[in-house]
Amino acid sequence: MIEVKNLTKRYGKLLALDDVSFTVDTGEVLGFLGPNGAGKSTTMNIITGYISSTSGTVTVDGSEILAQPKQTKQKIGYLPELPPLYADMTVRKYLEFMFDLKRVRLPKQAHVDEVMRLVGLEKHGKRLIKNLSKGYRQRVGFAQALLGNPPVIILDEPTVGLDPQQIIEIRKLIKSLGKKHTVIFSSHVLSEISATCDRIIIIAGGKIIADAKTDELSQVLAQEGQLLLTVDGSLADATAELQKIPGVLKVKRTGTQGQLSVEFKPGEDVRRAVFSAMARIDCPILEMKAGGDSLEELYLKLTAKAKGGKA
Amino acid sequence: MGAIFKREMSGYFNSAIAYVVLAVYYFFSGMFFYLYCFYNNSASLSYVFANMFYIIMFIIPVLTMKTFSEEKRQKTDQALLTSPVSLIEIVMGKFLGAFCVYALCCAIFLVYGVVISFFAQPQWTVILCTLLGILLVGVAMIAINIFISSLTESMVVAAVIGMAVGLFIDTMGYLISLVPVDWLSAVLEKLNFLNYYTNFTYGILSIVDVMFYLSVTGLFIFFTVRVLERRRWS
Repeated sequence: MIEVKNLTKRYGKLLALDDVSFTVDTGEVLGFLGPNGAGKSTTMNIITGYISSTSGTVTVDGSEILAQPKQTKQKIGYLPELPPLYADMTVRKYLEFMFDLKRVRLPKQAHVDEVMRLVGLEKHGKRLIKNLSKGYRQRVGFAQALLGNPPVIILDEPTVGLDPQQIIEIRKLIKSLGKKHTVIFSSHVLSEISATCDRIIIIAGGKIIADAKTDELSQVLAQEGQLLLTVDGSLADATAELQKIPGVLKVKRTGTQGQLSVEFKPGEDVRRAVFSAMARIDCPILEMKAGGDSLEELYLKLTAKAKGGKA
Repeated sequence: MGAIFKREMSGYFNSAIAYVVLAVYYFFSGMFFYLYCFYNNSASLSYVFANMFYIIMFIIPVLTMKTFSEEKRQKTDQALLTSPVSLIEIVMGKFLGAFCVYALCCAIFLVYGVVISFFAQPQWTVILCTLLGILLVGVAMIAINIFISSLTESMVVAAVIGMAVGLFIDTMGYLISLVPVDWLSAVLEKLNFLNYYTNFTYGILSIVDVMFYLSVTGLFIFFTVRVLERRRWS
């Protein structure tokens, strides 16, 4: 659906994107992850045609943004980092304006109603945008991106500044969109991306440093050779017992509430053995998870590596 | 283009801008009308028209100052530039919006003509010809000021520069007369913006004058499109 090839962008001397390539399949929800200033917004701005790349091409559903800008833009709904809202318009007037601007060929009133219902704005049509709170503005921006049911939806940090309740709602919305649309959304919050996306691309310093299915990434972590345990009982006994398990290399206390970290040979699954060992000494396991701080840690490792590589 | 034009119009009329501009234009043109026509017992609107540039100079920068500067500052240009509309359509939509408000300002001269007709026979051909002239001057000034607005992110800067340019245009004739080199002043005289307006006030419709203002308009609309395009590449 979306094909990005060898994208490079320079702002003067600054190299914002360095030879980025990836493809997104129809119906896929792609998470774009990276620290601030990694090139997430730049990539999205290039895909949507807001800015042009220094070199490289973007093809959306067979049409190229530079060769056929109108056709390509019609296929994309875009929510930029800062929703492009006119403060002096009411929610409904604004959405009707965007409807006309995008040359949507659907029954206008019905479609605007439908989109407003989808993002939970149905009661706020008559309010001026300048009087809306940040969360509601974000929803208006979201609604604007959905107008015309574009096959591709691109969302730049859609959950920033929202309260937890709203974040959950927006995530649900993104998930439901993934059924009919191809979605790319960016965030620097990892848990958010792993909860909503089929696939994750991690970008740092203008380069892609990881591109994998979400579950694959978790599997990679499971083989990283670390288990995090919380047990109820004597930590000394538990440590001694754990060290007896074949394959376990090191056991460390990581907290005061019975948290232990178990390092083992990569590739070996010691979880069953850990369970029976703890059962034997009557030391119930309250929590067990793989791979340190899960994705968060991998993310930090990867971005640190990318930075090290650059320096 | 239609959507942008509609949004511009609602922007003007939902805020105070359109009303303030209309009120200022009507007030000062009315004042000139009173002074030159009633006070001096004249049925000719020529002197009124001759002085209108002083008002145009101030109101057009106010009309156009927001067009692109504010879009850029609020990042709403992202919505325009990622929508399936071309740059020329965006510029033309904004241009037409400003032009319509300006045309509404100038329409007051038709009222003055009618007022005169109560006392004397107004020279309708001269009035209509001058009205066309003042519309053309305005059109060119709108294009110049939209271009200025596209260069900055601050609408205040856009307005101040626009007014400075207006003042420069107004004093151009005087400045050119100070140039000591004959051929240079002759060339500059050809560029003297307001020279091409004088004929209209006499009721003379010359294709050269019309073409001059339309060329300036076309040129600055083209420049504005180029500025927007360049921004994408930088």
